[in-house]
Amino acid sequence: MMGYIIRGDTDDWEVIIGLEVHAQVTSNAKLFSGSPTAFGAAPNSQVSLVDAAMPGMLPVINEYCVEQAVRTGLGLNAQINKHSVFERKNYFYADLPQGYQISQYLHPVVGEGTVTVDLDDGSSRDIGIERLHMEQDAGKSIHDMDPSRTFIDLNRAGTCLMEIVTKPDIRSPEEAGEFVRKLRSILRYLGTCDGNMEEGSIRADVNVSVRPVGEEGYRTRTEVKNVNSVRFIMQAVEIEARRQVEVHESGGTVVQETRLMDPDRGETRPMRAKEFSHDYRYFPDPDLLPLELTDAFIEGIRATLPELPDAKKKRYVDALGLSARDAAVLVADRESADYFEAVAKGRDAKKAANWVTNELFGALNKAGHGIADSPVSADALGKLLDLMDGGTISGKIAKDVFDIMLAEGGDPEKIVEDKGLKQITDTGAIEAAVDKIIADNPAQADDVRGGNDKAIGWFVGQVMKATGGKANPGVVNQFLLEKLKG
Amino acid sequence: MSLDKEDVRRVAFLARIRVPEDALAPVAQELNNIIDWVEQLAEVDTDGVEPITGVTALTAPMRKDQVTDAGYPNRVVGNAPDRVEDFYAVPKVVD
Amino acid sequence: MTASKLNELTIADARGGLAAGDFSAVDLTQACLDAAEAGRDLNAFITLTPDIALERARASDARRKAGNAAGSLDGIPVAVKDLFCTDGVLTTAASHILDGFHPAYESTVTQNLMDAGAVMIGKTNLDEFAMGSSNMTSFYGPVKNPWVGANGEDLVPGGSSGGSVTAVAARICPAATGTDTGGSIRQPASLCGVVGMKPTYGRCSRWGIVAFASSLDQAGPFARTVRDAAILLGGMAGHDPKDSTSAPIDVPGFEAAITGDIRGLRVGIPAEYTMDGMPAEIQALWDQGAQWLKNQGAEIKPVSLPHTKYALPAYYIVAPAEASSNLARYDGVRYGLRVDGDNLDDMYANTRGEGFGAEVRRRVLIGTYVLSAGYYDAYYMKAQKVRTRILEDFTKAFEDVDVLLSPTAPNAAFPIGAKMDDPIAMYLNDVFTVPANLAGLPGISVPAGLDKDGLPLGLQLVGRPFDEATLFRAADALERAAGFSALPKYLGGQG
Ligand SMILES: [Mg+2]
Ligand SMILES: [Zn+2]
Repeated sequence: MMGYIIRGDTDDWEVIIGLEVHAQVTSNAKLFSGSPTAFGAAPNSQVSLVDAAMPGMLPVINEYCVEQAVRTGLGLNAQINKHSVFERKNYFYADLPQGYQISQYLHPVVGEGTVTVDLDDGSSRDIGIERLHMEQDAGKSIHDMDPSRTFIDLNRAGTCLMEIVTKPDIRSPEEAGEFVRKLRSILRYLGTCDGNMEEGSIRADVNVSVRPVGEEGYRTRTEVKNVNSVRFIMQAVEIEARRQVEVHESGGTVVQETRLMDPDRGETRPMRAKEFSHDYRYFPDPDLLPLELTDAFIEGIRATLPELPDAKKKRYVDALGLSARDAAVLVADRESADYFEAVAKGRDAKKAANWVTNELFGALNKAGHGIADSPVSADALGKLLDLMDGGTISGKIAKDVFDIMLAEGGDPEKIVEDKGLKQITDTGAIEAAVDKIIADNPAQADDVRGGNDKAIGWFVGQVMKATGGKANPGVVNQFLLEKLKG
Repeated sequence: MSLDKEDVRRVAFLARIRVPEDALAPVAQELNNIIDWVEQLAEVDTDGVEPITGVTALTAPMRKDQVTDAGYPNRVVGNAPDRVEDFYAVPKVVD
Repeated sequence: MTASKLNELTIADARGGLAAGDFSAVDLTQACLDAAEAGRDLNAFITLTPDIALERARASDARRKAGNAAGSLDGIPVAVKDLFCTDGVLTTAASHILDGFHPAYESTVTQNLMDAGAVMIGKTNLDEFAMGSSNMTSFYGPVKNPWVGANGEDLVPGGSSGGSVTAVAARICPAATGTDTGGSIRQPASLCGVVGMKPTYGRCSRWGIVAFASSLDQAGPFARTVRDAAILLGGMAGHDPKDSTSAPIDVPGFEAAITGDIRGLRVGIPAEYTMDGMPAEIQALWDQGAQWLKNQGAEIKPVSLPHTKYALPAYYIVAPAEASSNLARYDGVRYGLRVDGDNLDDMYANTRGEGFGAEVRRRVLIGTYVLSAGYYDAYYMKAQKVRTRILEDFTKAFEDVDVLLSPTAPNAAFPIGAKMDDPIAMYLNDVFTVPANLAGLPGISVPAGLDKDGLPLGLQLVGRPFDEATLFRAADALERAAGFSALPKYLGGQG
């Protein structure tokens, strides 16, 4: 596959991208304290004395956060480290109450793994995971409430984050975007992160460098901090890569630095970085002993892992015979897959997939709805398919009924009843209708008898019209052939 | 390894402790006396020795994922030198 | 009642008197508060809490009246080192940077004492953030040792728990809490002629104690007898789920461990604790101590702790490193002192530059340096490996012996102001106490004799992890043999 190339004035450049994704762990309480993690509470109302770093306060690890990190590691096919260590990352900042962040450094809880991303051209790529570690989130600095002061709210301080670091395997904005989408989907399947990017549940630091196509080794990289949407992540890569190409080609040197993304200006700018401000003086937190996990702990979690998107997709294609495309669409998020599986249960999976991916998703997209707030329940859609299979309604009527269900909701059987849409299978009535049409249209009848079979289609249409579409097309055909060709 | 004025300036910044310009040299001297003294540790053979972790207990205990705390902003900001409503306030931060 | 004044009673005697109804907890508490007032110029207290004390004393009397006194400590007045956070009571760590800090919480140790019925009479002076061996670094000024020099000069009580040890030595109250990171309980106990114990790391919860060096800090008791120290520790100790390093181990009956019988006890004499330049009288007292234990049926064995001389330098890397991080929270944002600046970094630097005293600034800078890029392995990592060596030395020694006997400190109390210009000379005060902190072992100092100037000298016993019981049993034997009965100049605060 030919990758993403930036054509400069002198060279063609390829882009090397590594991501550090911060994902907020789904848990009731914080990583080291008993205070809640809910979003959007009153200032400093979700802060314990521990979170506020009062003198003499001490951290105690939240077991569920460790489970969540291990569960995520298993979901990323990664190495789980039974021995890991919490260390202190020392630096001063107004929303970092302890003066250090408790994180993992030399001994993270999760080691190397892989995430496979599917690209638009149908190809797929494996992106290496370097590590996953647990750490505390910081508080929030609010700069716009006072002209001369910054206000600090520590509600978020101490919430558990997973920092997921990729290898420098990503080669294009598309791959970067797809990686984050895929990672988000896996985290949501696992239930370890709600993936809510608007609320900052997933933020990424984007590490970018460029090199002329064919050059070995890596050039200096920069890190664009805290990018919080897939679109911005892709944008950050494009903007920063192009900027670096210009620097290199104009004979300048790219400096290793952290930069901030300015989406409105469509540019990145260096953070106001103090001299020697990057000496974090990591050392093992003496308030916390090393984390030692047992096989029982790890296997207990492995036993409860849900089927993940890649495995699901494979099963949909191999066992259910769906197209790769339909399968990919259906597994993209857990809710869609669950919905589809409910509809397909005991029914024709392909037909179910068609209806879900075409009719339903089509309608939802138009209405700007998500699967979660679909007016048509999986159960109701299933019943609709049953009515078709049982011959109670035709495919055409089914689409009409489906539109009603979309608009008003309701049970398909009842809709068919009330609106009298039942298919006519009473051959007597159909034969009468056929006879009448033939009698009323002798010229067209002779035309058919003369050998113009196409004209039969016209008769079918007339009969269906006469019966309000309720006649069984198969039966209508049969009579016409008997009476005109027989 | 002995410290000079620049080292002291760097360390003082990392520690966010004001050390007046004219004190940098004397402080460097003070710190060097101590650093020179602790460097006798180099004599100890520590090949293959693991750094100590926890002198008594061995592994970290864990808490259940239950909300047991917080909900008292007054106790949190009650001692703050500068407080606005239930926020802490600090000099304006850029970036 | 042998003692003339209630404040001069031991815990054990006061316990008896309260039980017998000879006096009330309020009488006892009032006597201690009066003694504290009379002893103001010792500067042992940063804050006295008479209202809280009398209220708790009354509650104790009420419990006793109702027939449900809590136990040995119910109604016993105790002084609390001002490093323990106490709910609603000014807590300073003797530092300017904690100006006006009133915690909204109670440390686990002081809560345990409260639950046991003990009565806090006040918060005692200390070296700033417990960094010192003389109490000279306190923002609230030096503490006077109740004992005075041969020529009447004022002496330091040792440190960092200088106020607590003074309150007990001057008979202001029967007991006090301290903390010991490198000797801050045992060294002052030795210099003031009282009993001081540092339990095993993890025996007492660190929750709510202002942290100095997390892997070394441990709370412990000051008292005038080994029995009293055992009683007080019983009230302080216990597993605390809020402290991940607190040991989930039951607290044995320490007082009951004092059987008076040490026959067959194996006592190790560490060769490396014989230091050149150590006063002959200290060496002599050490030999005497061994003899006292031998006479009571103990077996004396020479042992070797080869890495002893490296304990102090290792300590002066590890402790400042941890302190540099533990003290980062004092930044002028959430509590205590703020000195304004043009921007956030200026505010930090001004606040911490003015808020911390010289010794604290020195240790924070050293600690920051030894953790900084390029030096971590050479200093911090190296020191942590040396600690492993030191722990191995002790583990090996304890295969052959049950306790180790040594002097507590290399010198008696020295004049206020001495050694201030020479940090390392000051650090050397802890040469015999620091190893137990690095290895997390329990240690106790027992007053054993006087030097040529009539100043107290202590002997130290160090034991196996969580074997405080044996330590108390051996310390009691030492105490009885020594029969230390000399009294300081300042008694009941008067002198
Ligand atoms: Mg980063
Ligand atoms: Zn991070």
